[in-house]
Formats: sequence, C-alpha cells, structure tokens
Amino acid sequence: MSTTTTTPPPPTRHSPLSRRRPGAGLRRFKDRAATAVLTIAMVLAMIPLVLIIFEVTRRGIGVVDLDFFTQTEPPPRREGGGYVAGFFGTLYIMALAVLMSIPFGIATAVYVVEYGPNRLTSAIRFFTDVMTGIPSIFVGLFVYGLLVIGWGGMGFGTFVGAVAIAVMMLPIVTRSAEEMLRLVPNEIRNASYGLGARKWQTIMFTVLPAAAPGLTTGSMLAIARGIGETAPLLLTAFGSGLLVTAFQGQPQGSVPTQLYRGAMQPFEAGIDRAWGAALCLFVLVLLFTVVARWVGSRGSVGGR
Amino acid sequence: MRNGRSKLAVLAAIPLLATACGGGGGDTGDGSDGGGGDLSASLTGAGASFPDPLFQDWIYTYSNDVQPGVSINYQSVGSGAGVEQFLEQTVDFGSSEEPLSDEDLAAASEARGCEAVQFPVVFGAVVIAFNNPDLDGLVLDAETIAGIYSRDITTFDDPAIAELNPDMELPGDEIVPVHRSDGSGTTYVFSHYLSTEVDSWASEYGEGKELDWADGLVGGQQNDGVAQGITQNPGGLGYVNQSFAQEAGLSVAQIVNEDGNPVAPTLEATIAASEEAEIPENFQFAIDDIGGEGYPIAGSNWIFTYTCGYEQAGADAIIDFWTWALTDEGARELAGELGYAPLGEELTDRVVAELEKTNSENAAGDSGADEGADS
Amino acid sequence: MSTEVREAPRDPEAPQDSVGGTLRSGRGRLADPVFKWVVAACGTIVLVILALMVVRTTAEAWPVFAKEGFFGFLFGDTWDPGTSRTEITGTYSAWPFIYGTLVTATIAIAIALPLAIMVSVYLTHMAPRRIAKPLSYTVELLAAVPSVIFGLWGLHWFLPNVLRPFFDALEGALGWFFLFEGPVRGVGYLPAGIVLAIMILPIMTAIIREVIAVQPLDQQMAGYALGSTRWEVITKVVLPSGFSGIVAAAMLGLGRALGETIAVLMLIGGSQSWGASLFGTGSSMASHIAATFGESSPESRIALMAIGVALFLVTMIVNILARVIVWRLGQTTGDSAV
Repeated sequence: MSTTTTTPPPPTRHSPLSRRRPGAGLRRFKDRAATAVLTIAMVLAMIPLVLIIFEVTRRGIGVVDLDFFTQTEPPPRREGGGYVAGFFGTLYIMALAVLMSIPFGIATAVYVVEYGPNRLTSAIRFFTDVMTGIPSIFVGLFVYGLLVIGWGGMGFGTFVGAVAIAVMMLPIVTRSAEEMLRLVPNEIRNASYGLGARKWQTIMFTVLPAAAPGLTTGSMLAIARGIGETAPLLLTAFGSGLLVTAFQGQPQGSVPTQLYRGAMQPFEAGIDRAWGAALCLFVLVLLFTVVARWVGSRGSVGGR
Repeated sequence: MRNGRSKLAVLAAIPLLATACGGGGGDTGDGSDGGGGDLSASLTGAGASFPDPLFQDWIYTYSNDVQPGVSINYQSVGSGAGVEQFLEQTVDFGSSEEPLSDEDLAAASEARGCEAVQFPVVFGAVVIAFNNPDLDGLVLDAETIAGIYSRDITTFDDPAIAELNPDMELPGDEIVPVHRSDGSGTTYVFSHYLSTEVDSWASEYGEGKELDWADGLVGGQQNDGVAQGITQNPGGLGYVNQSFAQEAGLSVAQIVNEDGNPVAPTLEATIAASEEAEIPENFQFAIDDIGGEGYPIAGSNWIFTYTCGYEQAGADAIIDFWTWALTDEGARELAGELGYAPLGEELTDRVVAELEKTNSENAAGDSGADEGADS
Repeated sequence: MSTEVREAPRDPEAPQDSVGGTLRSGRGRLADPVFKWVVAACGTIVLVILALMVVRTTAEAWPVFAKEGFFGFLFGDTWDPGTSRTEITGTYSAWPFIYGTLVTATIAIAIALPLAIMVSVYLTHMAPRRIAKPLSYTVELLAAVPSVIFGLWGLHWFLPNVLRPFFDALEGALGWFFLFEGPVRGVGYLPAGIVLAIMILPIMTAIIREVIAVQPLDQQMAGYALGSTRWEVITKVVLPSGFSGIVAAAMLGLGRALGETIAVLMLIGGSQSWGASLFGTGSSMASHIAATFGESSPESRIALMAIGVALFLVTMIVNILARVIVWRLGQTTGDSAV
C-alpha cells in the first residue's frame, strides 16, 4: 500500500512543505540512498543463510543415503555406516520431551487465558516469558545437578535428556498456545455456554479444537527448536554411538551430540558423516518449521 | 531378566544397570557356551577421552570379528569421571590417564570388598605440529617449548631454536602457539612433560587438563580446533595427539630427549619410550625422563577393574577383550595405524598376568554383584 | 477467520450428546473445579521449575561461593581448578568468562540490531509484495539452524575465507586503536561475536518486523500526505513508535547471545585470559562450561555450576528488563518465534 502512496509525488514541484533544508533534491537523494542501503542490508542478511545452506548441502549430500539412516556409526576412521543411533536417540528423547512439555504447556496456557487474569496467572506469564531466555547450557547444568547427580543419581540417559529438552520447549509451547487461545473469539465460548456446556467442556470441546491449528504450529516450532539443541544434551543424555533402548541409566545418543563429536575428531570419514548429519538436521528442522507455518496459515483462528 | 528390567525402571540407578546387564548377558552366555565356546556379555566402561578413538576401533573390531556375543560400551566421559564412576562401581571398568593413587585404591577396595587391579594398555605421544611444511623435523627441547608457550620465544629464528637447528634455515615468522581450549588429557600429557622438565614452567603454569595460558596464545576446541588454529596462522604451532597429526598430515617437530637425542614422533619412538620407562610392580608410573631412542612427550592409559564382584561371563569377557587388545597382532596393528603405541613385549606379559587377576578373588559372584548394586 | 466461526460451534454439539447425561449429575459438577485445579497445577509447574533451578544450582554451587565470596567469584580473574574429590582446593573466579560473554554479546548486538532494523523496515515498507513474505520466512528460518551448524560453518569456511582477510585489513587500518590491536589470530572475540550476530539476527528481525507491521497506518499516511518521503516517514514515524518493540528485540537477542554455547565455543579460541582487543581470545561463560565440563574434576564441576548460576543471573536480569520495558510500554509483540 505504501508503495502506491510514495510513487506519485511529482519530482520538482513538491519541496515547499519542508521547513528544513531547501531543495527537494537532497531529500529525494536521501530517500533513494536509504532505499539502496536497506536493500543492501537485506542482501547482507541473506548472504550467510545462502552460504550456510550451500556449504551444508555441498558437503553433506554425498554422505546421506539409505545406510545413513539404518546403520550405526563405525569408528570415525572407517567409511560407511550411519547415524541410526543418533536418529533413534533424537526420536526417543523428542517423543518423551513432547509428552512432557506439550500437555503441560497447553494446560498452562489454558489456565492463564481461561481462568486469568489473577495474580498467579500474571506471575506464570511473566516467568514463562523469562524462561524463554534461559541459556540452554544452564538448563543442562540444572538437570545435571537435579537428576543426573542429585536426587537418586539417575545418571546420564534418555529420560534426563528429555527432561532438559522439555524444560527448553515448555515456555515456547506455553507462550504460543497462549497467543492462540486468546485469538479464539469469545462468541464461540458464549455459544458453548449457551448450549449448557460447563466451563471444562467448553474448553475441551470448543476452545481447544478451535485453536488446534495454532497450537500445532506452536508445538511444532518448539519441536524444531528442541531437535537442534546440543549443549543441554551433552550434560544430560551425554551421547552414545550405539543404539540405546534403555529409558534411563545408559547414555543416549542424539543427532546433534553425535554430529558435534564427529566434527571434532580428526578422521575424514567421521567428519563427512558429521556434515551429512548437519544436512539431515537442517532439513528436519526446516521441514518442521515449514509444516508448522503451513498448518498455522491454513486453519488458525486468527492467523497472523 | 524381566525382573531385572522392571527393577531398573523403578530404581533407574546405573549401578544396577551395569550389573543387571552383565548378569543378564551371563545367563544367556552359559546357555550358548556349549556350542562354539563364544563369550557373551555386555560391558560398560567409562573414562579417558585421550585413547577414545583407539578404544572405539578396538571394540568395533572385537565385537564384529572376534566375539560377536560381547558388546562393550565405552563412554569417554573424561578421566576424572572415569575414576569416579569406577569407584562408585557404576561401570565394569574404568580408564584414566593417571594411575589410581594408593588412596584411591584403598577407597576402591573398601567400597567393593576386594582389591582393584590397574594396568596400562596403550601409550600415546603428543606431538608438536606446525603450519609451515619447511619446518618439518625442526628440533626443539623442553626449554624451548616452554619458552614458546610462555611467549619468551616469539619467532622461529630465536637464538634458542637456532642453536638446536644449526643446519636449518629458520624463517623470521612470529610463532603463534595454539593450545587446547577444552579440558583434555592431551593438555595434561603436554603440561606434565613441561612441568617435569622445566622448573620455571612448573612454578608458573603447572600441569593439568586446563591451564591458565599466557596471553597471545590461540585456543582451539578439541583436536580439530587446534588444527584450525595451526593451519589458519602462518606461524601456527600446536600440540596434538600423534594420531591427529598423522591424519591431518601436519609437519611435526623432533624433540630432544633426556639423553640429548632429537627424536621424531614415530610409532617406534613411542614404543621405545614405553620401554625406557621404569614400570614398578604396581603399575603406578609416569613416563618421565625418557632417554635412548624414546620420544619424550608421551602418556599412557590405565584400565581399572576389580578382583571380585563380576558375573563369571562378564569377567571372562573383560579379560578376553583386554588380552585380545594387548596381544592380538591385528589389534596391535590397529593401535599403530591410529598413532598409539602398543606395549612392549615384556610389559605385555606382565600386564596380561595382572589383568587376569580380575575377578580372581570372587568367592560368590552373585553376592558380590548384589553388594555392588546396593551401594 | 469466518470459516472458523462457522466451524467451531459444530464441535460442541457432538460431545454435548454424549456428556449430556453427566451434566446434571454430581460428578459433572465436580468436574469443573477439578479441571481448574489440574490446569492450575500445570501452570504452577513453570514456577516450580524456575524455583528449583535457582535453589538447586545455587545449593550445588554453594561451596565455591562460600570459598571465593560472591563478588570475589564474579570479579577475580584467576581460574585455577583443583582436582580434589571432596573439597574446594582451587581458585575460582569467573571474570574472564563474564567479560568474554559481555564482549561477544555486545559485538553481536552492535552488528545485529541495526541490521535487524534495516531488514525489518525493508521487509515491511520496501520489498515488493511478492518477495516480502518468502523473504521474511527465509530470514526466520535462520533461527531454526542448529548452532552446531553455525559453529562448523563459521570455523571451517566463514573464518578463513571471509573474516580472516577482513580482520587483517581492519588491523592494518585501525591497529593503533586499542580495540583492534593485533595480532590477528583468526579465532577470538570478534569472530565469535560476528557469528553470534548472524545467529540472533532472525529472532530480532522477526520481532521488529512484527512490531512495525502492526503499527496503525494512519500516522504514516498523514506523513505521506504532508509530503514526506518514504525515508522520512520511516525514521520519524515508524521507528519512534516502534521503539519499545525494538528495545525488546534487542534485549531478547542479547539474552540469546549471552547464553549461546556451541558456536561460541568453536570460535572464541577458549582461554582463561581476557583483554581489550577484539582480536584477542578468551572464553564466554557458556563456552567455558561446555568446554571443560567433560574432563573436569568433581570440585571444578561445582565451580562450573557456579558459573552457570552467574550466567543465569545475568540473562535473568537482561530478560526481566526486556519484559518490563515491553510491558510498561504496553506493546504485545506476541510472536511465537520469541
């Protein structure tokens, strides 16, 4: 819209309105220059993205084949094999983390939106906001201190890793769910009450379904965020190159930790596999983000 | 087995896991023993990251080609954590770059109710690598390395270096020393060498897995980070595992040893170093003051086990695996390919004799295992 | 929107029949307070987790604070870990790491904030409609790239091929200035800060773009009606009224930059020293924890926990400041990307 309003001003006749510098030429020059600068800034911001995608694809594409998803990794020196341990671990950890964070996150949002505002809800809102900014390494340390060595000394494992990821995801889920629930029009709630539904029925059968696409978007963005986390997992799941099915007590692998270790060791074959894993991770996160946006834009109550 | 699993889920304690898995594997192992005599067990070990590439390769080869029934999970949690987990009996064997002290050994035998066994399994050299290929074979000694890392020597044509390399044309480039920024056994071996050889280093920087380095140095995350630091600076010089220098094709320095011989870091030189070292009956030693043909900056790696408390199958697997790793021709070659030096012949015999003490005092394996799980 | 309104009432009808029987029963009446208590309990979990975080980590780190004193720990500059299993024998003070964290985060903000503002303005006011949306999605996608990938790419490609030549030139031109004093070593505060800037740019852009996009059009139109150029409208109308959102974005970006671990770890050239030159090497709090955690002795693990507590405090303060500013100025940026 703005473009239509800006193009019309005829070039030379329009200057007198300005009380500052005379000469429309300078102002127009500034405008042009600014446009150029902003365009350059945009290009500048895009360059790293393009470069990263290019580099990751170039080095990763040759490595990723069927074996990459079905075999465990041999010692770094040897060719072949894959990251199935990492993929399995990530899947396992994420499944647990999703189970832990998404129901709680949505329930929290329900409480804040449907039963608020009161003192408790504003405290919850405030601290959820604050929690989004907590460094992931600190979450790792916290879970390490609390579960790995503290309380019963559970040791490294799938479950403690999932707890760390869930703590990272929880505020993201809560915040986005909150926004989405707020977008559900009150008319819908009133209609439900009007039909004799109780509050919990209204929430469960009316509000949540209406907000479902938005909730899905938020959850998927949170998952996308959680999948790539490395630092907290290094301190909690620890990492493993073997397929680990234990719920707790044995170090569990994940794609980011395995990728991190692979990239840091000397052997070419291991480094190549790390790039392959980087590509997979990137595609995975991309997929989640794109699908999340797509779901969100398709059916959400308010959309954006 | 099922019982073991449900207990596991409830208690979720590692000690139980280690023993329960070992025990479970043992049961099935007894069954299959009749056909083929293969071992079957599941072992966990934890400790040093310095020998990790080799251990991973050993384990891979062993469980693929030698004993398919044995699975070993080695976690390179670091030496400190390795010792800790061994003392807490949460793993079947521990590993560290330093031998257990008498104090640790006492703590171990008190906790387990029987003596702990420790033995070295491999030696590894830390090499000084450069960016500049013309400098391959440059001779350095402990004083000059200490000088470089404390920034007293800043160029390659420094008189101290020139004196050691009379026949070499030395460039006037500034030396950029690169160190490991993460806590690592490599740093420990390197700083231990300098501390033993150079008094001023010992008092100023000391030894350890992480040091308070002088200003103007470059830190690199792990071997890879150090290699980047070396290759991205014209005068880059850093210390890395021998395997890494081999793999990355970096040029390396010869180091003057105790007898005044400049020695290039080769496998033979590292083996020679291990033979030079005087190794006492209890295997508590450090590879210091290496002379002869030995390469002086070397470290070793110890494995710890207990003399009781294992399931028979687990103990058999531990003994068989380490005996294989130490004596099998293929396993020794693997070590060489990865830049680690296998033990000399005489030492190997001593170590094998020592490691067979594992589980030797086990009166009743089951009660021992329970004790371990309960603590 | 309209489709939803039509769709939603259809939903309650179905369950209505099935639960109709219980509606009037005692159980049905109980369900409401029970439901409320369940969701309230879920809500308080956040508070419990936060409280646990503070209490548990502080308790864990207490021996170090007790030995060094709180301020001694924060502002001393010797980090000399001991190897004891039972007591604190080393000297632990985290200033070099705190300094590294602050410097890298400041560099990141100094680069990313102007760029984020410019990109947001471009996306909302200048970009041709057809490409604006895909472009903004693409920028936001950068937020989803795991930090390991940034670190790998930064160390192996970006640093030697782009930053190194640039640094050499910078040092040549401005080497007399203490911030750019040589020698250039490759890794250091500046490359870590620059890669951090790339990493936080998307989040900041997402928020600022949102803030700018929701501004009412009337003021801008009034500006154009007075004959202002687009640039004048942007600088005199759009940006001033979006100020609080920009501050919030900066703070959130800062929060991210303070806590980023892996990418910084690979690029900062970890050491325990600190110095004014941006080409110098050091460590950030997060990177030092991650780097030395693996091989640390029990006592230095406690000290790392103490660094964690300090890091938590710093990010907490930044975050709370950001939230307070945003709330005071009554802006709800409300983006799920936050």
